[in-house]
Amino acid sequence: MKELEYPKYDLVVKSSTSQLAAIRSFIQVHAEENNVKPQVIEALILAADEAATNIVKHAYHQKTDQDILVDMLFKDGECTITLTDYGDPFDPSLVPQPDMQEYLKQRRVGGLGLYLIRTLMDGLEYESNRKNLNKLTLRKRFV
Amino acid sequence: MAEFQTSIQDIDDLTIIHLNGYIDAHTYPMLEEAFTNQVERSRYKLVVDFTNIKYINSAGLGVFMAFIETMRGNAGDIKLAAMQPNVFNIFDLLGFPLLYEIFPTVEEAIQKFTNNNEAAS
Repeated sequence: MKELEYPKYDLVVKSSTSQLAAIRSFIQVHAEENNVKPQVIEALILAADEAATNIVKHAYHQKTDQDILVDMLFKDGECTITLTDYGDPFDPSLVPQPDMQEYLKQRRVGGLGLYLIRTLMDGLEYESNRKNLNKLTLRKRFV
Repeated sequence: MAEFQTSIQDIDDLTIIHLNGYIDAHTYPMLEEAFTNQVERSRYKLVVDFTNIKYINSAGLGVFMAFIETMRGNAGDIKLAAMQPNVFNIFDLLGFPLLYEIFPTVEEAIQKFTNNNEAAS
């Protein structure tokens, strides 16, 4: 008997900021196919874009020939996007959530991406194994 | 493919920076360059026209943060105008309306500068 299958999609891109547009359109296309509301699609796109940007910067230190894997799964009214890299671990849970009022007062630049990811997503998980396989999972309900 | 362009328009002592396209970690250096060019020309009163901006991420927001003090320190400002709702939402999530004046239209942003000039003279 065929197992119940949930819509699942994957994309592999090189670790260059020039690939961010490809990640955004991948998410847009498949989220639309699965009838996700425009506002939720925008949140998914922004969170994945920020997460991939962090991989380019912190996992691969701007090396542009490495791989970023992006998986999307739609199951039980929740969209899960998993970004996998093979660079240096970057655990977002170790980064404290900034106080935005203070942040603005200090006119600080950078570090806003993670704040946006946390604000926009319903769940954020990170795992890293000893073989430098890092997975960041973003979860968002869409119904 | 995502692209980004800027164009510059001077009106008296104001400069309008028209933006077009997508601002992300790949394209934000062009936005930075547009601001750097204004500082080099001693143009500090800036209106940024977002009419044709479809997307912005934190890399783009960081550019506004990086230049605001320079402009204000030289009797200028960065006023933001004509954002699409999805773009405004990102500025709003980060609390930027506390720090920047954001106007529905470019004309209103220009008017605010003009009113300030009249009040100062």
